[in-house]
Amino acid sequence: MKVISLNFLTCAVKSCKSSGAAFPLHPKDAELVQDDIELNAQMLLNILPRLDWAALRTNATELGFPELPAELPTREALEADEKKLKDLHHLLVETQIMEGKLVCRNCGHEYAIREGIANFLLPSHLV
Amino acid sequence: MSRPEDTLAADIHYNDSEARKYTTSSRIQNIQASMTRRALEILDLKSPSLILDVGCGSGLSGEILTAERPEDGGPHTWIGMDVSPSMLDVALQRDVQGDLLLADMGQGVPFRPGAFDAAISISAVQWLCNAEASDTSPAGRLARFFDGLYASLRRGARAVCQFYPKNDQQKTMITRAAVRAGFGAGLLEDDPNTKNVKLYLVLTVGGSAGDGRGGDITGVVDGMDNVDVLDSRPKAADDKSGKGAIKKGSKAWIVHKKEQMERKGKVVKTTSKYTGRKRRVAF
Ligand SMILES: C[S@@+](CC[C@H](N)C(=O)[O-])C[C@H]1O[C@@H](n2cnc3c(N)ncnc32)[C@H](O)[C@@H]1O
Ligand SMILES: [Zn+2]
Repeated sequence: MKVISLNFLTCAVKSCKSSGAAFPLHPKDAELVQDDIELNAQMLLNILPRLDWAALRTNATELGFPELPAELPTREALEADEKKLKDLHHLLVETQIMEGKLVCRNCGHEYAIREGIANFLLPSHLV
Repeated sequence: MSRPEDTLAADIHYNDSEARKYTTSSRIQNIQASMTRRALEILDLKSPSLILDVGCGSGLSGEILTAERPEDGGPHTWIGMDVSPSMLDVALQRDVQGDLLLADMGQGVPFRPGAFDAAISISAVQWLCNAEASDTSPAGRLARFFDGLYASLRRGARAVCQFYPKNDQQKTMITRAAVRAGFGAGLLEDDPNTKNVKLYLVLTVGGSAGDGRGGDITGVVDGMDNVDVLDSRPKAADDKSGKGAIKKGSKAWIVHKKEQMERKGKVVKTTSKYTGRKRRVAF
């Protein structure tokens, strides 16, 4: 589970559909690995306005990263500063949760992560 | 020919030995790759995008997204969901770049609204026509999938689902569920009336598109739709004769695209007069 995915995933449980607390999911007992992936600057700039920065700050802290700046960096700032862009790339695309859980603060459901793959299959009464 | 969809649940059918075929059979790999390339062509993405791959399996389709060249708008980043642990296991072994999720599309699409620039699904959605358990219905699963997919796409986005309907009834059932969810929808058929026929459900999310045109199904299918009535082939060929760089969106480019489409097959827009006459897909 990459951090970029975490920034877009919500709890899948039916009763969590319209709850603000169902996003973001919160990693628990997370084991991280860092992959080596080529920087895709255009893709990052493209999704920048769609990132939920507050959620990303929360998740980054939970995963043990140093605190992110309070404000979403602007496109111009990232274009001008390769280092900033690479940091974002490193966090969003290269960082993976290999083992652990994702927890919903609204319903308490825990999604297991194994070998990097989060299990979002739900028992039918939660769908 | 018997269809696995009729007898087994997807996660049972796609077991380890079935999944292995997706690494060992170059025939399967070629077919999946060419259908994915076709879907990408229809998506017509202009820059590196975030794409959802529904029923990503072993990642054959996703790898094509990763490999898309910069001059063609790539490379893309993708997130795949699949219900079969065996297929995902093969994806892990093949070390694909996309992020993988074990999830059942019939339970919905668990992403926040507007997350993706586009979605593809190659050879998967026909599985929704078979209820997985006694407490679910195909109609309910189709609705949850298409409603969820619609919400997860940004305004102006497109999705392309290549699928294998068992019959016209399944084709209608799937397309209708997409339209009910709010999509603009068209059906594109490559190599019609052959045993290699391939069906693509082309979906658009309305609203202001980033590039100002992706959201309207008539915009997407217009050029293609004309293929059906393009009986002035020689004229079209003339237009192309002035070589050189064809600018995207220019008349020459559109004509060129039309010809490409024509060579490959034809498009039936769901609301076009052709639909009523030939297929009777009523939404
Ligand atoms: C023919 S394979 C194609 C895989 C991949 N898209 C490709 O082109 O190689 C169909 C895939 O759809 C998946 N599938 C079937 N039903 C599904 C469901 N309800 N939710 C998610 N995936 C499903 C299967 O597990 C299988 O991996
Ligand atoms: Zn929840």
